[in-house]
Amino acid sequence: MRDKEPQPERSTGSTGSTGGTRGTGGDVTGTGFARRDVLRILAAAPLAVFTIACEDVDRAAQHASDSLAQAAKDGVPYTPQFYTAEEFALARVLADLVIPADERSGSASDAGVPEFLDFLMTAYPDMQEPMRTGLAWMNTASQSRFQKAFVDCAPEEQARLLDEIAYPKRAAASVKDGVTFFSRFRDLTASGFWSSRIGVKDLQYMGNVPQTAWNGCPPDALAKLGVSYT
Amino acid sequence: MPQRQTPYDVCIVGSGAGGAMTAHALTQAGANVIMLEAGAWWDNTKDSAMLKFPYDSPRRGASTTERPFGEFDACIGGWQVEGEPYTKADGTKFDWWRARMLGGRTNHWGRISLRFGPDDFRRKSLDGLGDDWPISYNDLAPYYDKVDQLIGIFGSRENLPNHPDGIFHQAPKPRCYELHVKRAADKMGIWCIPARLSVITQPLNGRAPCHYCGQCNRGCMTNSNFSSPNVLLFPAQKTGRLTITVNAMAREVATDARGLATGVHYIDKATGKDEFVAAKVVVLAASACESARILLNSRSARHPQGLANSSGVVGKYLTDTTGTDVAGFFPQLMDHVPHNCDGVGGGHIYMPWWLDNKKLNFPRGYHIEVWGGLGVPSYGFGGGIDGMPQSRGGGYGKALKDEYRRYYGSTIGFSGRGEQIPNADSYCELDPTVKDRYGIPVLRFHWKWQDHEYQQVRHMQETFRALIREMGGEPMGDMPTRERGYGIANGGAIIHELGCVRMGATAGASALNANCQAWDCKNLFVTDGGPFVSQADKNPTWTILALAWRTADYITQQRKAGAL
Repeated sequence: MRDKEPQPERSTGSTGSTGGTRGTGGDVTGTGFARRDVLRILAAAPLAVFTIACEDVDRAAQHASDSLAQAAKDGVPYTPQFYTAEEFALARVLADLVIPADERSGSASDAGVPEFLDFLMTAYPDMQEPMRTGLAWMNTASQSRFQKAFVDCAPEEQARLLDEIAYPKRAAASVKDGVTFFSRFRDLTASGFWSSRIGVKDLQYMGNVPQTAWNGCPPDALAKLGVSYT
Repeated sequence: MPQRQTPYDVCIVGSGAGGAMTAHALTQAGANVIMLEAGAWWDNTKDSAMLKFPYDSPRRGASTTERPFGEFDACIGGWQVEGEPYTKADGTKFDWWRARMLGGRTNHWGRISLRFGPDDFRRKSLDGLGDDWPISYNDLAPYYDKVDQLIGIFGSRENLPNHPDGIFHQAPKPRCYELHVKRAADKMGIWCIPARLSVITQPLNGRAPCHYCGQCNRGCMTNSNFSSPNVLLFPAQKTGRLTITVNAMAREVATDARGLATGVHYIDKATGKDEFVAAKVVVLAASACESARILLNSRSARHPQGLANSSGVVGKYLTDTTGTDVAGFFPQLMDHVPHNCDGVGGGHIYMPWWLDNKKLNFPRGYHIEVWGGLGVPSYGFGGGIDGMPQSRGGGYGKALKDEYRRYYGSTIGFSGRGEQIPNADSYCELDPTVKDRYGIPVLRFHWKWQDHEYQQVRHMQETFRALIREMGGEPMGDMPTRERGYGIANGGAIIHELGCVRMGATAGASALNANCQAWDCKNLFVTDGGPFVSQADKNPTWTILALAWRTADYITQQRKAGAL
C-alpha cells in the first residue's frame, strides 16, 4: 500500500483532530501534536486506489538503514534512490545551509538529513513532484541571477537567493514558488535533523526511558514558571 | 477455522472494549464463547513499539496509511481502510475511523475514563432535548465500580456534581506546565482537577504499575494501561472457554424461521471464503456504525428492514463528540529547562464541565484536555517555525538553528470535547450500490451539526483563548469564523461514534430494551457504543465497559433461567 504524505506521531488525548497550520507536519515545539489539520487534508484526498506495495516501502526503509550503516562502517557513499546525483548534491548543500554545524552539534548532513529526505521521497511518492520542481526552481533562479547552478555559487550568492525566499511574509510575489519550496524543505530538514541522534542530544531530551516513579518536574523547571507542588 | 457441529453458547463480533468486556464476564460465568475479529492478532507485550526512538526508524515516527497517528502508534486502521470504503451523502463531512486488529480501538484511545453522571442519563427530562435513557446512573454504578477494580484507573475524589468519583489509584502529580494551566484555570473559576485515566499506578491483578514513559498510545509492554487483549481477552482465554478467530469479517447475523439468531456469517480474510459460526446467543460489539451495518445487512423474511430494525432506528441518531483545539505560544516556556516530563501517556490534569447551561446559549457541556511539554523529537518537529509568534519568520543558518532550540516545549494546547445532541439528520444507512472487497454493502453517512454544537464550540474557542492570555501566552491562529463552524472538527473525527442501535423504553422507538437486548430478537445483544441514547461531556469507553458487563450479567441470568 502506498503511503500518503506523512503526519507526525501524536499521542492521543481523546484522539481526533488538532488545529492546523500547513506544510509538512508542523510540530514546532515537540509536544507530540501536529498543528496541522490531519483530518482536513485526509478528507480532501480522494479515496485513492494505492498501487505501490508495502514491500516497496519496506525495501526502501531497509535500503536507507543498511546504506547508512554501511557508510558509517567503511565510508561507502550512499546511493540515492530518488534523487539524481546532481539533485542529491543540491539537497545536501541546502540542508546544511538550513542547519549548519555550530558549537553545540553537527550539521544537517552530519545527522543524515540528505539520506532521510531521499527515504521520504521513496516512501511517500506524493512528495516527489514538489521536491523535484523545487530543486529545479533553485537552479533556474541561481542561473538567472548568477549564471551558475546553485551549488556552484559563492556563499554570498547563495545567501542572497535564500534571503529572497526564506521569509514568507516579506518575500516578493515573483518568487512565490521558491518560497513554498523552501518552507517545505526547511520543515523537512528540521524533521530529519532534530529527530536524529545528534538532534535529540542537542535538545538535551531526557525522556523515553522507564522510570520507577513519577515525582513531578524538577524544581528549576517549576521555578521557571513560578509554580510549585505545595 | 474448524467447523463445529455444536453451537457455541455465545458468538461475539468485535474484540474492543465492549466485546472483550462481554467475553470476560461471560467466560467467567461458564459460557463457551467464540469471538470474531476483523483484523489480525495483536499482543502488546510482543508487538509494541514502546521506547523506540524515532531515529530507530527511517520514518522517524511519521504516519503511514494504516497508522495515521504515527508509525509507532499501536492501532492499525485509519480513516481509510484498503478495500473497505464508505460513502457520504452530498455535502456530508464525516470521517469514519476503523481499527482492524485484536483489541480494536482500545489500542488507540487516550485512556480518559470518565463515568457518565446521573444527569447524563435523563437529559430530555432536564432540558427537553434528545431522549432519556431507559436506565439510570444507579443501574450502572455497581458496574463502574467493578470496572474500576478489575481494569484500574487513577484519579482523585472531588465530589463534583454530575462527575461521579470512582475507585481510584493515586493520580500522578501535574507536570510543570500543567500547574501553570491550573493556576490560570483556578483564577478563572474553571474546575481543574487530576485526570482520570485507565493507567494503573500500583500493581493490579498481576499487572505492573506504570513506568511513566508517556507512550500509552504505542501499546504498553507491561500492561499498565487498559487495552482489551492483554487486560481482558488473554485472562478470559485462561478459562479455556474463549475461542478467538481473527481476520474474520462479519457480514450478517443468521436467523431462523422464528426470527431468532442462529449464528454469524463471516468472510475468512485469509481464504476469502464465506464461513458460518453457530451460536445460541449473538452479541454485536463491532463499533456503533459497524454493528448497525451488520444488522442492516441481516435481512430476512422475518426481518425485512434488517435485524432489530422493525422500529427503523438502526443507523439513526448517530452522534460523535464535538471537538476543537487551540494552541498557545508561551514566551516564558522558551529556552526550556531540560528534564523528563513524560509522565503517563496523557494529560495529568483535565477540566470537567463547570458551567450551568441555563445561563448559556447552548444546552450541553464539554471538558477540556491539555497537552504540551517536551515530547520526543520526531517527524514533524520544527514544522512551521516561520509562522511562530515572535519568531524571525523563517530564515536559515545558525540563527534558525538556535530558534528551533529556543521554541522547543513552548506551546501548550487545549482540546474541547463536548456533547452533541442526537438529531434526525445525522445517521448512516446502507449505500444502495457500493460494496466492499468482500461483497458486503457499505455504509453511507449523513451528517449535520446543529446550532447547539456550533455555539458550544464557539464557547470552547473563546474560553481557550482567554485561558492562554490569562497564562501570559498568545493564541496561535485566529478565532475561526462562523463560516468555518468555529473550528468544529468533522463528525467522526473525535472517534466517539455513539448511537445507531439505541436502547429505549419502548419497542417502537428503539432497537434494544433496557438490557441491550433486541426487541425483535431475544437472543441478540449489542455491547459497543451502539446502544447509547446520548453522548455526555465525557469520553464513552468507561460507560461502554460498564454497560457491556451489565449486559453480560443479564445474558448469564437469562441463560440460567433457560430463557435463551
